[in-house]
Amino acid sequence: MVLSDVVDNPGQAGGTREQDLILSVQHGQLELFYELVRPYERRVYAAALAILRNEHDAEDVAQEAMLKAFANIRQFRAEARFSTWLIQITVNEALMRRRRERTVQMEGIDGHRSATGEEESEYAPRDFADWREIPSEALERKEVRLRLAEALGTLDRKYREVFVLRDMEHLNIQETAEALGITVASVKTRLLRARLMLRDLLAAGWEQGWFSRLPFEKGNKPW
Amino acid sequence: MVNHEALNCEQMWREISNYVDGDVDAALRSTMDEHFRTCSRCASVLAGTRNVVQLYGDERMLEVPAGFSRRLEKRLAKKAAVKRSGWAGWSVWLVPVAAMVLIAGTLLMTSSSRNWPAFKSQHAVPAKNIPPDMVVVVSSGAKLFHVPGCEFIHDKASQRTMTAKEAMREGYVPCPRCLRQYLKTGLTRERGEDARAEAEEEQGEVLSVAGH
Repeated sequence: MVLSDVVDNPGQAGGTREQDLILSVQHGQLELFYELVRPYERRVYAAALAILRNEHDAEDVAQEAMLKAFANIRQFRAEARFSTWLIQITVNEALMRRRRERTVQMEGIDGHRSATGEEESEYAPRDFADWREIPSEALERKEVRLRLAEALGTLDRKYREVFVLRDMEHLNIQETAEALGITVASVKTRLLRARLMLRDLLAAGWEQGWFSRLPFEKGNKPW
Repeated sequence: MVNHEALNCEQMWREISNYVDGDVDAALRSTMDEHFRTCSRCASVLAGTRNVVQLYGDERMLEVPAGFSRRLEKRLAKKAAVKRSGWAGWSVWLVPVAAMVLIAGTLLMTSSSRNWPAFKSQHAVPAKNIPPDMVVVVSSGAKLFHVPGCEFIHDKASQRTMTAKEAMREGYVPCPRCLRQYLKTGLTRERGEDARAEAEEEQGEVLSVAGH
C-alpha cells in the first residue's frame, strides 16, 4: 500500500455522506454547504498558504475558493473527487492572487534558476547518521508543528508547492501536475528534492535542538 | 534505464521517492530492498524520507488561524442568504411578469390578426374559406380582387394576376359579384351590402373610364 494512502482522508471516509450532501446542496439546500466543506477547510488553507506564504492572504484566498466552489457547486460532477476539485479551485485562486500582486516578478528568479537546469541537477542527502525518527505523537506539540512548518517554509516555492499538494493534500502525481500546470516528470523531480531537503532540515533540526524536551527523550531514545 | 543489478547509492536516492510512493516496478523494488538491507546510508535516507512523508501527511500539520471556521461559516451563510434572496426576489416578480408577457402577447397576436391584412376598403368584408392558391386578378387603384375575366375589374390595363392569399395580404377583398360565395355574408350582411355598393362604384368608374 502506498504510504500516503494510509493517511486519513475525510473524503474517502465519508464518501456516501459526502455525495448526499453534494446532491442536497446542488438541489438548493444551500445551508448544508458548510457541512460539506468543513472537513477540508484545513487542507484548503494549507494549499493557499503553500503558494502565498502569507497567513492573511492565505485565509482570504481559502475563503474565496470556498465561496467560488459554493457558487459553482452545480458544475461539480460526481466522477471527480470533491476534495480534489476544491483544492484545484484553491490553487487556481492562489496562483491568480499571486499574479495579481506581482510577486511573480520575484518568484520569476526561481523560475529562471529552474530553467537553467538546477531542477534537473540531483540533490544528494547530507546526513547519513541513523535516522532519528520523529514519532507522529510529537505532532501533539505545537512547537514541533511550528518547527516543521518553518522547515517547509524554507523550501523554494516550486518544491514547496509540489510537496504540499502531494504529501499534505494527498493529490496524486497527475492531479498535482494538473493543478500546477507542470509535467508529471517535473512533479516527481520536485517531490524527490523536497522530501530529501526536508529530511536534511529535520536532521539538522535535531542538532539545533528543535525537537528537544520531547516526551520520548526520557528513557529510551527512538534511535 | 536503471540497471537493477548494480544500483549505486546515487541511483538509489534518485528512485527513493518513487519507492516510497510504490511507484517502482517489482524488479527495481526487489533490487532496492536488497540494497537497503546492506547499505546503512541509503537505509537512513529511506527512513528519513518516510518519516517526512508521514509527519507532513498528518492532519495535525494542517492548522487554520483562530476563528477561521467561524469567519468562513459567516461568509457562506451571507452568500447563501444573498443567493436565496436573489432567487426569491426574482421569483416574486416571476409570476406577474410572466402573466403580463402572456397578456401582452395575446393582445399583440389578437390585434395583429385583426389588422392583417389592412383592407384597402373601409367596407371590406373578410373572405371566408377562399382557396389560398386560387388565381385572382387585381388592378391599380382598386380595392377588390376578382376571378379572371370578371366584368367589374377596374382598370384592366394595369391588372395583375396573383393568388387569393397574396391578394388578401396586399389588402384586397373579394369582389362581391364574382366571389360572392366567399364572403362572410352571415355576420356582416350590412358590410356585404356596402361592399356590393363599392363594387358598383368601381363598376361606375369602369364605365366612366370606358366612356372617356
